[in-house]
Amino acid sequence: MTELYKLSIQEAGAMLRARQISSVELTRAHLDRIRAVDDKVKAFTLVTDDLAMRQAHEADIHFANGNTVTALTGIPLAIKDVICTKGITTTCGSNMLKDFRPPFDATVMQRLNAAGAVMLGKTNMDEFAMGSSTEHSAFFTTQNPWDLERAPGGSSGGSAAAVAAGMAMGALGSDTGGSIRQPAALCNVVGLKTTYGRVSRYGLVAFASSLDQIGPFARSARDAALILQAIAGPDARDSTSSPQGVPDYGANLNGDIKGLRIGVPEEYWVDGTQPGVEKAVRADIEKLREMGAEVGEVSLPHTKYGVPVYYIIAPAEASANLARYDGVKYGYSYRDTNDMWEALEKTRQYGFGQEVKRRIMLGTYALSSGYYDAYYKQAEKVRSLITEDFTRAFEKFDVLVSPASPSVAFKLGEISDPYEMYLQDVFTIPANLAGTCGISIPGGFSHGLPVGLQLLGNFFAEDTILRVADAFERVTDYHTRWPEL
Amino acid sequence: MIDRETVIHVAKLARLGMTEEDRETFGKQLSVILENIAILQEVDVSGVSPTAHASRLSSIMRADESQPSYAPEALLANAPDQEDNCLKVNAVLEES
Repeated sequence: MTELYKLSIQEAGAMLRARQISSVELTRAHLDRIRAVDDKVKAFTLVTDDLAMRQAHEADIHFANGNTVTALTGIPLAIKDVICTKGITTTCGSNMLKDFRPPFDATVMQRLNAAGAVMLGKTNMDEFAMGSSTEHSAFFTTQNPWDLERAPGGSSGGSAAAVAAGMAMGALGSDTGGSIRQPAALCNVVGLKTTYGRVSRYGLVAFASSLDQIGPFARSARDAALILQAIAGPDARDSTSSPQGVPDYGANLNGDIKGLRIGVPEEYWVDGTQPGVEKAVRADIEKLREMGAEVGEVSLPHTKYGVPVYYIIAPAEASANLARYDGVKYGYSYRDTNDMWEALEKTRQYGFGQEVKRRIMLGTYALSSGYYDAYYKQAEKVRSLITEDFTRAFEKFDVLVSPASPSVAFKLGEISDPYEMYLQDVFTIPANLAGTCGISIPGGFSHGLPVGLQLLGNFFAEDTILRVADAFERVTDYHTRWPEL
Repeated sequence: MIDRETVIHVAKLARLGMTEEDRETFGKQLSVILENIAILQEVDVSGVSPTAHASRLSSIMRADESQPSYAPEALLANAPDQEDNCLKVNAVLEES
């Protein structure tokens, strides 16, 4: 029999419901896997063994009693450490929140708990989700399971690495500019950035509120659909969550993409994309054509302004969101003074890491008197143009396709210039600015390292991109490959 | 582009304490970042309205009904300092 940690959520769920395995066995297999390989990968900031075993036991009672169960009942998952878990430390990869225990569960956690899922632990990330490698975690860097000398991507690098290494069957991450899709690409897993408003953000620690979205990681499109199904839908506690109905995401995963119109944005073939990445993705596009999709070229003329717009808007919003870290209500607090202003400035000086400070400075500058119109207002207008690019493209096409990242996993320490790191997200940022959805799926290998294929969809077209992803998986085996650990 | 005086000014706006070395590093790095994003200025945005939010909705209001809240102890459990169920802070106004 296959080792339990290698099962898909779909397979394991069927076996649980048929009572061929128990959730206790399945969960123990994942905790054993964590003990065996996480010393090397370092995906978790916290492993919640006791909680996991308790939840697994409860799930087994439901199976034994014939109670109503869901596709996620008894399924062990990992949670990015930016999502609030009641009474369980939620660090955001920051010294500022090193000991922070939220008094409540995020809506997505309430929904996973209600679905009967098992939480294995919290995963490492770039501090406050700012970064593309986990190197900006205040605690340690996560290693890519495919090559331990390389970065797993970020900011949800811990979640991606945990799923890739078989330490979790799926995971939650957050994507503000590519923080789900880029690490999914670098670790050879599926990572879905949902449409703005699709998933409640109540209890997601805020980075850039007009961009942040929660989404799933998994090892197949179908598994990602199962997790999305559990977390999607409106929430009275998030006024940006959409009342739009939630479809059955598994219903149309029928392998058929005949006649589907797939656009290839010409601006997404930029200098700096590695030849191995371009080659793999061109071959993937050919494969989609062979499968019956109508493939054509499309232009998104404002693509090159995506990264510059993002690095005004996201830091501007971050500078406001992170103003709450004042050492008064919770989090790190500098106490060695009686002066209020000194306490505030030193709390922030010692509590935040360099990348967070850099973005607070950049955002504060862009919003400051005399620069607001030139930077922030201009960026908001160009953002409208980027959104219009997508609106036009989706009049002619159902799905757009590109690399998820311009490179395969890079060596830890290799990228030291901040702006060069920002360019990691050149293909993922535009969908965040527009608010549309996107997914990265295993799309091949270059020199033994994974290449991510990005599929971009229209607003609330998660079902369409999942259908393409699932169909692609049926004719390829990239997603079935495991790293040697 | 970003000189030391600007770094000091912006750090003060953000209430971010900083060493002299940080001032120099951030000054250089922010200059590089701003040079790279300067291409935004070339875009013709006449007649374009700004996007503040990716949502196509106006804010959705929930019914204004009272809900159970948390016990003060639960909300103060993470507080660095407290007294009589209140957050305790340094004096804001002091007699000179």
